[in-house]
Amino acid sequence: MVATPPILHEVESTFAFTVNGSQVRLSTPPVRRLSRVLRENLGLTGTKVGCDAGDCGACTVLLDGDPVCSCLVPVAQAEGHEITTVEGLANRPPLFDRLQNSFLCHGAAQCGACTPGMLVSATALLEQNSAPIEIEVLDAIGGVLCRCTGYRKIVNAIVDVGIQSSAFSSPEAGHAVGSRMVRLDGASKISGSEIFGADEVPADCLSVRAIRCPHHRARFRFGDLDRYVATHPGVHAVFTSKDVPGIDRYGVIPDFADQPVFAHDEARFRGEAVGIVVGDPDAIEALNPSEFPVSWEVLDPLTTIDAALSSEATQLHPDLHRPNNVLTGGRVVRGDVDRALAEADVVVEDEYETGFVEHAYIEPEAGFARPIGNCIEVQACTQSPYMDRADIAKILGLAPEAVRIIPTAVGGGFGSKLDLSVQPFVALAAWHLNRPVRMVYSRIESILSTTKRHPARMRLRAGANRAGKLVALDFTADFNTGAYSSWGPTVAKRVPVHASGPYVVPNYRAVTRAVHTHLVPAGAFRGFGVPQTAIAQEQVYDQIADKLGIDRLEFRILNSLEDNTPTVTGQVLGEGVGIRACFEALRPHWIAAHQAAKEFNATIPGPIRRGVGIAGMWYGCGNTSLPNPSTIRVGLKPNGRIALHQGAVDIGQGSNTIVTQICADAMRIPIDRFDLVSGDTAITPDCGKTSASRQTFVTGKAAAMAGKKLRDAMSALANVSGEDATLTLEDDALIVEPTGRRVGLTAFPLDAHGYVITAEATFDPPTSPLDENGQGLPYAVFGFGAHMAEVAVDTDLGTVKVLKITAAHDVGRAINPTLIEGQIEGGAAQGLGQALMEEFFPGKGENLHDYLIPSAGDMPPVESILIEDPSPIGPFGAKGIGEQAVIPTAPAILNAIYDATGVRIRRVPATPDRVRAAILASRGGPSHA
Amino acid sequence: MQSPGLSQITWGQPPSAVRRSAAPQREASGETRQSAPRPVQTGITRIKIDGKALPERLLRLFALGGPTHLYFQPRTLEEAVQTLATHGGQILSGGTDFYPSLGERAAPGDVIDISRVAEMQGVRIESDHVRIGGRTTWTEIIRTPLPRCFDALKAAAREVGSVQIQNRGTVAGNLCNASPAADGVPPLLALDAHAELISIAGTRRLPLSEFIVGNRKTLLRSDEFLSAVIVPRDLDDAPSAFLKLGARRYLVISIAMVAAVVKLDPRETITQARVAVGSCSVTARRLADLERDLVGVAIARGWTSRVSANHLRPLSPIDDVRGTAAYRNDAALTLIRRALEACTEAH
Repeated sequence: MVATPPILHEVESTFAFTVNGSQVRLSTPPVRRLSRVLRENLGLTGTKVGCDAGDCGACTVLLDGDPVCSCLVPVAQAEGHEITTVEGLANRPPLFDRLQNSFLCHGAAQCGACTPGMLVSATALLEQNSAPIEIEVLDAIGGVLCRCTGYRKIVNAIVDVGIQSSAFSSPEAGHAVGSRMVRLDGASKISGSEIFGADEVPADCLSVRAIRCPHHRARFRFGDLDRYVATHPGVHAVFTSKDVPGIDRYGVIPDFADQPVFAHDEARFRGEAVGIVVGDPDAIEALNPSEFPVSWEVLDPLTTIDAALSSEATQLHPDLHRPNNVLTGGRVVRGDVDRALAEADVVVEDEYETGFVEHAYIEPEAGFARPIGNCIEVQACTQSPYMDRADIAKILGLAPEAVRIIPTAVGGGFGSKLDLSVQPFVALAAWHLNRPVRMVYSRIESILSTTKRHPARMRLRAGANRAGKLVALDFTADFNTGAYSSWGPTVAKRVPVHASGPYVVPNYRAVTRAVHTHLVPAGAFRGFGVPQTAIAQEQVYDQIADKLGIDRLEFRILNSLEDNTPTVTGQVLGEGVGIRACFEALRPHWIAAHQAAKEFNATIPGPIRRGVGIAGMWYGCGNTSLPNPSTIRVGLKPNGRIALHQGAVDIGQGSNTIVTQICADAMRIPIDRFDLVSGDTAITPDCGKTSASRQTFVTGKAAAMAGKKLRDAMSALANVSGEDATLTLEDDALIVEPTGRRVGLTAFPLDAHGYVITAEATFDPPTSPLDENGQGLPYAVFGFGAHMAEVAVDTDLGTVKVLKITAAHDVGRAINPTLIEGQIEGGAAQGLGQALMEEFFPGKGENLHDYLIPSAGDMPPVESILIEDPSPIGPFGAKGIGEQAVIPTAPAILNAIYDATGVRIRRVPATPDRVRAAILASRGGPSHA
Repeated sequence: MQSPGLSQITWGQPPSAVRRSAAPQREASGETRQSAPRPVQTGITRIKIDGKALPERLLRLFALGGPTHLYFQPRTLEEAVQTLATHGGQILSGGTDFYPSLGERAAPGDVIDISRVAEMQGVRIESDHVRIGGRTTWTEIIRTPLPRCFDALKAAAREVGSVQIQNRGTVAGNLCNASPAADGVPPLLALDAHAELISIAGTRRLPLSEFIVGNRKTLLRSDEFLSAVIVPRDLDDAPSAFLKLGARRYLVISIAMVAAVVKLDPRETITQARVAVGSCSVTARRLADLERDLVGVAIARGWTSRVSANHLRPLSPIDDVRGTAAYRNDAALTLIRRALEACTEAH
């Protein structure tokens, strides 16, 4: 090339474009993702980042009016263009006002992490087409994944955008319970202003990148870490296991705590952290982890239950008493199973297997820590602030009071955010460096390192007599619990209590084991092993009904638990056993669906075969035979408002709203008088973890009790007798009706909490320990339900389309029917995924295009039927619904596949290749799987 | 030709923003490794270039704390090929494969962003061929009126990822990425498409079947762009169909897919057929034996049963998380029959 005379020319990396109607000009690297520029350079955190790969659509923005994934747009390509984020949609009234209102009224936002992407996508559609039909809506939002709602309320909210709704009117005093009121935290979820784990960054904050083991099992050795730090500009420090000041062994169940913050010498699973690099955000963003000085010596991993149980197997935790890598087991025995099976008229024996399932919430784990004097604050997404506090205190060697956990909004949890993720890393780094430190998991990192649903291998023998009564069930199951205990013990203990299903089984033996392997820890995932169990138990019961020649629904009705029949642990609930009512409510749907399927199959020849399946479910609310109290504090403020310290973390399910509805009605005070105080451990008492479907029941009950207490105290303050008085609140005064007497509130001295009066109540569900045969009272309240699935199977391709799910649930009392439907629809979507497409293979496909969760196009309509058979203990009779909603879905779909095709799927998910192989095998041809 | 004139590139010392790290350590904190305070690079950096003045915004610098890289944004094809020839770099167009391929790594070295190259935009219908510019997105394919034989390509365009991906991802990028599961390849193979490759040395054309040679392997040289996809108009009015099989609706990588184009004479007899199968071998494949056997077949009830497992011999599917090899063969057979039926039913 010919040299030309030098001309000094300066080029700056500055970019000018329009964001939400305003011109912006900024200096940034040109390849920086637009999503990152919007969030970090411009502070527009309404745009969420779920995968950085175009797989989830959470980061959708409009580029010149067209929806795009902003994670795939280099900022250089935005130059000169017009970008609209969720924050800018407000500039587009009246369409966007109507859309937001419709989202609120339909309950279309649960956790809210997908909501900005949904709203932006919907706006793009509605600006072209003001009255879209369903398929057009599905095409428009098909690129945005949602893990909470099951999509149907989103689809309906968009289709119904033109219809006004009245759900905004706040219920009157005493009428909050049962109301379909809009969720109290809804407004921030539909405006993009909600603060999730990654949405706040303190000034002068450093970033963290974890160095993770790329092998299932490896011994490792570090190189010169000091030199690494010294030679990497912007890197401030590296921390490894040597830097853990306190007890380096944490876990959600203290007696089983076994997980180190960083692996020591040997990593036990692919994705386990061995160290963290802390530095300036730009340096960490640009970090190349392959330059980190660590060498790996790959060791033979145990990846299957059988390998781990073999007598020669390496022990994962030789220092703990876990012989044969068995973490722990569970056992429930009643009657004489062997004899009853020997005498049974029909016996069915079968085996089932399930794989790892990923939670796949849209918000990857994120948060920050900062030192405040001799204390440390951790603000992160979590389902369990007080448990986090205990473990972080232990890890740092601090008193629990020196640790403050500030839970952010949680962009989906489903059990995995009960365990620590970013918290120990940011807390440790902030503590050592004495400045704020944040960490945001990538999607890959989230899938690699956080807990999964336990893979299960289950064997069953069930027997019944000619009269159609179940006489016995013999159930054994092994669960692959991965490298660390997490919630493995809970799964092992809970499953034997539930494996009978909601039926009378007089002779029963259920034995389980949780087995360690060198794989990602399996932990809590909506149902603690019971969804796996139901897949086996409900398919076996169908086979028994068929052998007996009894209709599959009638067989279940015939065997349903009743108020006065003992469960497999010998518990007689006495009241509130609504399973029979659920099945009976489904009966007309069952008959009609079978008729429709039969007609279709008879009149339309070809490869598509339709079928109908049903499954029942029961699920105990709260911890299994263990204390799990919630404490609610409620205070009367001098301005006549009520402060509700609501520590039940709302992970999208609606506890902020439900608990307030309960408290408001317990006080008979209108809900718009309430101010919610979050689950910050410095200001709000412990409401336990958001898990085990316990918040409506346990925290709700505590809220009812605290509300009643405050009301009684207010009556005393006004010098009236409690029950009969009508009390209302005005600004600065308590009014006693019917006299209209005013009791001014500003004159009273404030108590230690800053309130005129404070009331606090604690509720711990009454249970009793299980004896050596698992007999006792494991739960005070159970939820009951049944799902019916209608499917169409393409028998030539093995694909399954679910046409409709009809769900009947005994919720005791529907505190907020819209939120309950949201739980049912979202649970049904997760169950559909579990049945048809979801399996995580460690080491293969740690992303959201190889790991598939249902998209909007996979979810059929869900019809919810709410049965209210009140619990004598629950607040206003309410029971839990969160986990109950997922459990009967997969077995109903699998039973429907059998009904359609005559093939039984014993290994889930029922992917097209497995279904097709089973069909070919059933025809006697070559099976190709 | 206007040259980017990159004879020599140097850059000045970036403004040093010295950040002093950390207050004194506490006793409880144990041993920590900390570097001394040092200058760090920030996003605001200036570069000085000795040489001919550059077209504005042709070149930008980016430094992400690590090594400094160059980002070129040529406005013309000439600038683009010059830059590629004289400097090289990774090509970035719609970004829908560029970013996912990074995984957890930071952005790669030097980048040539071709999104502003004017000559590569749009679809042109010429007398004997259709020219799909190298910057044409899937959404443009869907929105552009095209001859009937393009129905399969339009159907494939609607199946690419999601609306968001269709709005950014390009046909050319899909071909260059050369995934075995690239949605665009079977329909373009069935259209006998050619890839037009341009470099400073000139342009050349390769049949698509020769251009893609393996799993993410093409014959694209490091000094070349795929400037356009050329489709001959010899089957304009022939009906075509595309079927994609995945484990979910939307955002799905196919387990198997089939594109077919069938030309019939007035007596409903096949005069020409083209069938391509994707996701069932390292590259999508045309089934030559099948295409030959279909010529002369009269459309009558059950005619697609002539398609047999033997016709699938060019395929070599694998087992992966999406399905078994045996299943792929089995499903491909069904999809081929259905795609052929769809073509003739639409006739």
